[in-house]
Amino acid sequence: MIRFVVRRLLLLIPILFGLSILLFIWVRALPGGPATALLGERATPERIAQINKAYGFDKPMITQYLTYMKRVTRFDFGQSITLRKDVTAELVRRFPATIELSMAAMLFAVGVGIPLGFMAAKRERTWFDYGAVTASLIGVSIPVFFLGQILKWVFALKLNWLPTIGRLAPTRELVHHTNFNVVDSLLAIDGGALWDAIKHLILPGIALGTIPLAIIARITRASVLEVLNDDYVRTARAKGLRTSTVNRVHVLRNSMLPIVTVIGLQTGLLLSGAVLTETVFAWGGMGQLIAGAVLDKDYPVIQGGVMFLAIVFVLVNLVVDVLYAFIDPRIRVS
Amino acid sequence: MSEPLLVVDDLHVTFKIHGGRAVRAVDGVSFAVRAGETVGIVGESGSGKSVTALAILGLLPSRGVTTSGSILLNGQQLLGASEHDMQDVRGRRAAMVFQDPMTSLNPVLTIGRQLTETITRHLGVKRDAARDRAAELLDRVGIPEPRQRLKNYPHQLSGGMRQRVMIAIALASDPALIIADEPTTALDVTIQAQVLELLREVVRESNTALVMITHDLGVIAGICESVNVMYSGRIVESNERHHLFASPRHHYTRGLLASVPRLDGAQGRLVPIPGSPSDVIAWSEGCAFAPRCPAVSDACRGQAPELVSSPEGGTLRCVQPAPVGMPVWSGR
Repeated sequence: MIRFVVRRLLLLIPILFGLSILLFIWVRALPGGPATALLGERATPERIAQINKAYGFDKPMITQYLTYMKRVTRFDFGQSITLRKDVTAELVRRFPATIELSMAAMLFAVGVGIPLGFMAAKRERTWFDYGAVTASLIGVSIPVFFLGQILKWVFALKLNWLPTIGRLAPTRELVHHTNFNVVDSLLAIDGGALWDAIKHLILPGIALGTIPLAIIARITRASVLEVLNDDYVRTARAKGLRTSTVNRVHVLRNSMLPIVTVIGLQTGLLLSGAVLTETVFAWGGMGQLIAGAVLDKDYPVIQGGVMFLAIVFVLVNLVVDVLYAFIDPRIRVS
Repeated sequence: MSEPLLVVDDLHVTFKIHGGRAVRAVDGVSFAVRAGETVGIVGESGSGKSVTALAILGLLPSRGVTTSGSILLNGQQLLGASEHDMQDVRGRRAAMVFQDPMTSLNPVLTIGRQLTETITRHLGVKRDAARDRAAELLDRVGIPEPRQRLKNYPHQLSGGMRQRVMIAIALASDPALIIADEPTTALDVTIQAQVLELLREVVRESNTALVMITHDLGVIAGICESVNVMYSGRIVESNERHHLFASPRHHYTRGLLASVPRLDGAQGRLVPIPGSPSDVIAWSEGCAFAPRCPAVSDACRGQAPELVSSPEGGTLRCVQPAPVGMPVWSGR
């Protein structure tokens, strides 16, 4: 198992190396450049040349790449051009916001999706089943920005139950150790801040979690339906086990493999930045950071951000593969 | 003789396929089993024998299935009992051994877990005691190093070992009745003999009643005291084992026997039953076996033959039975 993990981690090196080259070429292939974006209306050829020289963009591509990679090996992704901040520091500051939002979304998606899919399978071809299937179809089809706006309009504006944007009320003061607001408020033993942080998580969490929820519900339903027909479930029933035990120990556990795969993939996608949700709810996480960087042609931020997310994506998938072995002993052996 | 432990009386099971016609899988089956007795139910695929077994334990799906008749276990009516009550019967008083030990054990749980969950469920013992009992059971069914085996997963065991584990699970709370549904079909011939021997031992030692469901008359010959032959959902002939083998009277029974190879080569070529189990007519229109029967006559059509006791013992559902004592093997 350890060898497997190490091998997968080593595999990260060629992946990231290849990605860095692609990214480097790709961002420079975008029309315009950081200088134009930075200067806006004040752009004159002289000033653009001046800025390009200052950032080293006038040098040959290969030289730029080598200087860049030299720093990257020290985890230094350079300086943001528009934000004038250290990219690594900015990623570390923003990433907890994205993790927090992703976790809230996945909690919602898994917490509702698995029971929903399970019950639909148990009540196959009843109105509950048809309803669940239809709802999940709507769930995957609804655009996130639209759902986000509707949620805001109903629960924040009309009912005034939940805040519209941000991660904490602007007036709230909280010392940030980890940049996870939930963790920080727990560290500060501040119940008010904790509740505030959670309240801010609900609407974006639902907006972001709806598509994964629908996908998880559908996979769960299909997987459970398959397992329900398996012989060992009949054996479990023949042993006189209570229905709840049969469901929990024999049906659900055996249906988990495809479900965990989907959860892993979806978590990877959520962590790589929910641009739309973060924009609608002014969340200030990775999604917003990278989306802004693309508009501003902020090369170091795009490169650093995407590389960072690639690492996260690979790690999440590694965790999923390790989980497989825990769920299914047959994989452990081979 | 003692009172029968299990009495199945006029059992009907009808499947209503979604949007399709109703299928009578079991159509008025009656038989009884006493403690310590082994009763065989034999028939081809689709004869309704497995459905009968599942009906006894209440394991048929609830939707699209209607059952009627009576299933008495020690005087308790099982047909129509609540799922909750049946959960106390299953595994505790009546256990089942299934056909394919490859798929009938949960691949992701250890043998120990699958054994102990039955034990703790029915005997109400603590986990440690359940583990001891599980090891004892594995020892009893002839699995070496039972303590180590408890930690194994099903895929680490051979087919024969897995079927032994299935039997151990069935024995977990000393049930009065064991239903074995084709327990040897998926196994190698040598292993089949071992598993049958094990079942025979269990019946002898614990005075368990055993219902043996099979399509293999060899299995019946090796273990059963009496035999019910099923065709198309009904019992067509039943008798004590040696009578049935010595003097089979229903042409379906004779066909089954003729298709079993004999070690002494007495029968010459094996004679298959012509046609397939799907060539049936509804019992309401005559004998379901008529389309395949070598002795069919006009009397076989029009109305179903009744199941009647024959003077020589046993029961028979045939209007043109073979004469008593006529050997099956005529090809010599």
